[in-house]
Amino acid sequence: MDVIMECKNVNYQYPLTDTKQIENLNLTIERGKVYGVVGENGSGKTTLCAVLRGFAPSFYKGELTGEVLYDGKPLAEYGDEIATKIGFVFQNPFTQISGVKDTVFEEIAYGLENFGVPVEEIEQRVINVMKMTNVESLALKNPFLISGGQMQRVALASVIVLEPDVMIIDEPTSQLDPDGTESVFEIIKAMKEKKKTIILVEHKIDLIAEYADEVIVMKDAKVIACGPTKEILAKTELMQQGVNVPQAAILGQKLKEKGLDIEYIPVTEQDAVKVFENAGKAGK
Amino acid sequence: MADIILNHVTFTYPNGYTAVENINIEIKSGENVAIVGQNGAGKTTTVKMMNNLEKPTMGDVYVGDKNTKDFTTAQISRIVGYVFQNPDDQIFHSTVEQEVRFGPKSMKLPKEKEDALVEKALEMTGMVKYREENPLNLPLSMRKFITIAAIIAMDTEVLIFDEPTAGQDIYGNEMLAKILKDLHEEGKTVITISHDMEFVANNFERVIVMATKHVVKEGTPRDIFWDFESLEIAKLKQPYVSRICHSLGIEGNVITMEEAVEALSKKYGLKS
Ligand SMILES: Nc1ncnc2c1ncn2[C@@H]1O[C@H](COP(=O)(O)OP(=O)(O)O)[C@@H](O)[C@H]1O
Ligand SMILES: Nc1ncnc2c1ncn2[C@@H]1O[C@H](COP(=O)(O)OP(=O)(O)O)[C@@H](O)[C@H]1O
Ligand SMILES: [Mg+2]
Ligand SMILES: [Mg+2]
Repeated sequence: MDVIMECKNVNYQYPLTDTKQIENLNLTIERGKVYGVVGENGSGKTTLCAVLRGFAPSFYKGELTGEVLYDGKPLAEYGDEIATKIGFVFQNPFTQISGVKDTVFEEIAYGLENFGVPVEEIEQRVINVMKMTNVESLALKNPFLISGGQMQRVALASVIVLEPDVMIIDEPTSQLDPDGTESVFEIIKAMKEKKKTIILVEHKIDLIAEYADEVIVMKDAKVIACGPTKEILAKTELMQQGVNVPQAAILGQKLKEKGLDIEYIPVTEQDAVKVFENAGKAGK
Repeated sequence: MADIILNHVTFTYPNGYTAVENINIEIKSGENVAIVGQNGAGKTTTVKMMNNLEKPTMGDVYVGDKNTKDFTTAQISRIVGYVFQNPDDQIFHSTVEQEVRFGPKSMKLPKEKEDALVEKALEMTGMVKYREENPLNLPLSMRKFITIAAIIAMDTEVLIFDEPTAGQDIYGNEMLAKILKDLHEEGKTVITISHDMEFVANNFERVIVMATKHVVKEGTPRDIFWDFESLEIAKLKQPYVSRICHSLGIEGNVITMEEAVEALSKKYGLKS
């Protein structure tokens, strides 16, 4: 197992609050995998992201106990260098926009400038990423005067361009149409092919089912389930915990209850078609 | 009774960009309608003309017998309430209750009537227990419900919700579905923009599909979600259950989970 990050007995509490927002977290993140983080709003998904990036406690303050490791070494020991290793796309794209740049192009280039990358290389990388994230037409627009959906894509681009090994992406598609959403998932798939590790918070569970290798399910500050996507999202009883499960799984469960003899509960459209077809043939 | 009519409407922004071109829409009083389409298709621009936040550059918009050109936004907003896509464009007060009370208060109603409207709106949106909170301390998905409550409290005949499903979890979506149903039963006209195909399939009588400045199709969710040509033009998807049924050779009408279960049970000879 090629472990890139680890949380050991982590507890975290924001300042001025009276309960923990992360409780007894133990998590192993493997290099090159896509992790889907799911659960109801307020369950602690964003806080988990902040813990993994070190913003909790370095930015938010508050109290953190236990260990968060990157390549076996505590995050705190990396100092500012951690920014080059772990990229972070905020839930609210407004938070991402630096406010010091006048155009989308400069905004996406900003991080690379900060890292001291040579100008010609910056231009080439920004152009490539703008193509990939489909924001080329916005290059000269003011980053604050574009729509929420466009801003979400610019925020994603400004992190992808840094090519960090780990990317933490918090609800990147909330304002996107179905087509734009799918293209974000395709970008994530392409990042995975480049051996990047992705931690993705997302409500669109049918797409998590298709693209994530592993799922982390949160409720009330705790991870209540964690494991391979096909296993976890087949548990339709998770719906009682405020966790959405894929339409394919719900349909599979209902048909099974009515006597269809399926091999397993499918979580993707493709698997659903396969197992229903097989069960249908066997039943004839 | 306020039907909404857009008659050959074109809208051009001050910078010269035409966002909506020669569209015709008619929404009858009491209808529950969804508007779908890609980012940038012109959905928000279209609904802003319905409550007179924008006036058409060409053509006419009628709310009941009123041509919006002859009225102020304040006048039309007494009939048509609009919940912004981004709640932060709409929130100005320091508690949830003040935010929700602002509308009815400005209508100078008797105090009991004002209180009743505020309580009803807080209750419908699950905001009662947050009434004293500062909206800015609540997460985005909840701020959206505050802005919904603020519009419900205005008791307008027509309500427009701009992408209320964005970022909602299961409970949020259930709450929204319930709000739409309750408003519809009260006889309100409800117009909702959404990218969530499952939500649209399950909660509306009629769907208006927009693509690049135009209305490209109108019909029941069943008409829309099995019209592959329109789906392609508007870059929309079928709901997952429809896609599964389609792949399994069941054509033509499944759009909800119940229908999928029924159709597949029949196909595989399961007990019903
Ligand atoms: N900066 C903060 N200060 C205090 N409490 C916070 C802060 N951010 C989030 N919380 C609280 O932490 C809990 C988890 O929130 P969050 O991680 O944002 O959940 P999710 O991302 O799953 O919606 C919630 O109860 C929320 O109110
Ligand atoms: N204030 C504005 N000035 C210029 N163009 C605008 C303005 N607001 C929106 N637009 C443009 O009009 C088009 C339609 O926008 P909008 O109605 O918000 O679409 P939708 O709601 O379907 O995503 C988009 O291309 C958008 O960039
Ligand atoms: Mg969050
Ligand atoms: Mg819009």
